[in-house]
Amino acid sequence: MGNKKTTAFSGAVLAAAMLALTACGGGGGATGEVAAPPADPKEVSGEIKVLTQRTDLIQNGTLRRYAAEFNKVYPKVRVDFDGITDYEGEVKIRMNTNGYGDVLFIPGAVAKNDYPKFFAPLGTTAELSKYRFADKTEVDGKVYGIAQFGTANGFVYNKKLWERAGVTTWPKTPDEFLAGLEAVKEKTGATPYYTNFKDGWPLVQWTSNLGVVGCDARASDALAGPVSPWKAGSELRTADGLLYDIVKRGLSEKDPTTTNWETSKALLGEGKIATMMLGSWAVTQMQDAAKRAGGEASDIGFMPFPVQKDGRHCAALVSDYQQAVSIHSRNKPAARAWIDWFTEKSGFAEKEGVVSAVKSAPMPATLKEFVDNDVSFFDRSEAKTAAVNDIDEAAEIGLNKQDYRQKLIDLARGAAKGSPEDFFADLDKRWDEAAKTAGS
Amino acid sequence: MNQTTDTAPGGAAVTGRSGTDTAEAGAAGRRRGRAGRRSPAAGRTRSWRDAPLRRITPWLFLAAPLALLITFTYVPVASMISYGFTDWDGVSPDRENVGFDNYVRIFTRPELFRVFLVSGYYLAASVVQIAVALYFAVILSFDLRFRNLFKGILFFPYLINGVAIGFVFLYFFQDGGTLDSVLTWLGVTTDHAWLGDPASANASLAGVSVWRFTGLNFVLFLGAVQSIPGELYEAAELDGAGKWKQFRHIIAPSIKPVISLSAILAISGSLSVFEIPYIMTGGATGTQTFVIQTVKLAFQFNKTGLASAAAVVLLLIILLVTWIQRRLVPDDKVDLV
Repeated sequence: MGNKKTTAFSGAVLAAAMLALTACGGGGGATGEVAAPPADPKEVSGEIKVLTQRTDLIQNGTLRRYAAEFNKVYPKVRVDFDGITDYEGEVKIRMNTNGYGDVLFIPGAVAKNDYPKFFAPLGTTAELSKYRFADKTEVDGKVYGIAQFGTANGFVYNKKLWERAGVTTWPKTPDEFLAGLEAVKEKTGATPYYTNFKDGWPLVQWTSNLGVVGCDARASDALAGPVSPWKAGSELRTADGLLYDIVKRGLSEKDPTTTNWETSKALLGEGKIATMMLGSWAVTQMQDAAKRAGGEASDIGFMPFPVQKDGRHCAALVSDYQQAVSIHSRNKPAARAWIDWFTEKSGFAEKEGVVSAVKSAPMPATLKEFVDNDVSFFDRSEAKTAAVNDIDEAAEIGLNKQDYRQKLIDLARGAAKGSPEDFFADLDKRWDEAAKTAGS
Repeated sequence: MNQTTDTAPGGAAVTGRSGTDTAEAGAAGRRRGRAGRRSPAAGRTRSWRDAPLRRITPWLFLAAPLALLITFTYVPVASMISYGFTDWDGVSPDRENVGFDNYVRIFTRPELFRVFLVSGYYLAASVVQIAVALYFAVILSFDLRFRNLFKGILFFPYLINGVAIGFVFLYFFQDGGTLDSVLTWLGVTTDHAWLGDPASANASLAGVSVWRFTGLNFVLFLGAVQSIPGELYEAAELDGAGKWKQFRHIIAPSIKPVISLSAILAISGSLSVFEIPYIMTGGATGTQTFVIQTVKLAFQFNKTGLASAAAVVLLLIILLVTWIQRRLVPDDKVDLV
């Protein structure tokens, strides 16, 4: 059968397949054109596609309602939403093509120095200084993304349980906090702390505490080097050490390997779980859960990390996803108009109980207790995030991944052998070694 | 190959193709017959046979599957191999060629290979799996009441999506979940966290894998067992052979090729376990396998180049193990009669 015609034919099939594939490849584009906000809202027109991970907000029509509000100001812009459940994984792959929407959240996988290859600049640092966290996306004096919102970090807790345990003021030290959890366990029988070990991402929230110990806005930047981040007394050691102690003393759920996030919300609302480490965005969700369980929204409280600096608690404000305009967008002014409107005028941050990205906006109701109790907030600087991420990836530790904390919990509950000192020393060693090689 | 495997499901492709060949020949024969009746031009028949259309017809049929195979298997594998020689992070438009650096890195980090110890659990489980599947295949090949129902029950788990199985068994192993309830009914109260420590977690996960894949082995074995001609059993019975002797001397030798195929699949499967542990534990608590580790390198730490190299290494390991296995147990011909 192997005559010339057939070989030529199968060759053609192969070539066609190759061609079809290479056609989808490529990426990158002309750089430099600024996605400036339109001068006249009535004039700007076009169709924009907004990528989002909040599929729930698409399904219940919330985003459509925001788009309708947006159209009252910008009548000629048509906004479409594209909900992606596995946002990080899918968008990362889509970014190898030219079609990744007009407005999108910057995936964590994109290296900061590559921003100019994928996104249109939104303006200079000075022009965007009214927004929080603008330094996170700044490359060579230009800003490529505006934070959707920010969140404060702390412990979401069931007030009734903590009150029954006799703890009415916020613990000021890790030891007081542990004593509080012990009291909850003894007096109420509830699970004092829930790790959400199986779903894992709630463990990442512990990293967001960076800076609360020393009330240090530059705590994250300080990691950019061979600095042994887990040395005694450091930010990460204090946070991870507290997590270790919670589990070691049996103050967490009995079987962490089969936890379930959705269930945990209901359990906290009902009063079967007392405490979880989360961002302030979770407060409204827990309040809903409490109401569904027949309680009050006021049953749910939010407390800062149990350390004080000069007699005051500190809370880090960290940026959520940053919204950016694709460099391949044909309607950059319209895309920019959407970002500006959504960040400033939509009222989204207020409704979700998160911190608006606009510096002048007031703190949301969910953080009222923080404001009333004189907690000092700081915007954590993200100026050196790129370098920190490089080290983190090279060391394969994953500050923003659950793996190393899952190992820490396994260690604490005896499912893995070793001492916490050795564990932290090993992390330090890997970090320092990676810091010497990464970015060189 | 012998006649046993030809009729087994594994050999379906072979029988299928020969079937169509004869059908085609038959059709051609009929057409030739009609043409012959209308005109005595035998030359025309030859010209049809040599016509370009006739030549390319099989290739046209092959075009669709080949295009799909090339597009979705060979091209991605080729790109993966080429990524293995770069330092690509999976997103950036630029990547640099680093030669064999990634491979050097993999082989200078022994901890990357420690995860293969976890495969031991799955390998042990697949021995159980093959034994159970073989047992049921032999039992159900004899005349038994409700045998089709049992066949269905045994094969059913294989049809369920792996992700769904992961979730179902997560509830099964939960504290106070299905397994604990069932044990309580049986009077056993246990406070054991099934996925709580590495040994128990890996054993539990391997158990899920047995539950899932026994059906596939079972069907392969059943097909092979049923293709053994009935006279052999009759003859054996006349000679006074019991069921065990029939199994030992008739069934076992005739399905040997299928058993060795299952063994190859079991070993390569144990080395590349992914779905069940990834969904149920995410690789926590010492359940990380080589594939999970590779996925994490690529998608958590953005070391796509290194992860591609690791995937190639796994492929080579599996090829090597298969080759060794084929050398140790050659696929010799079986002649029953």
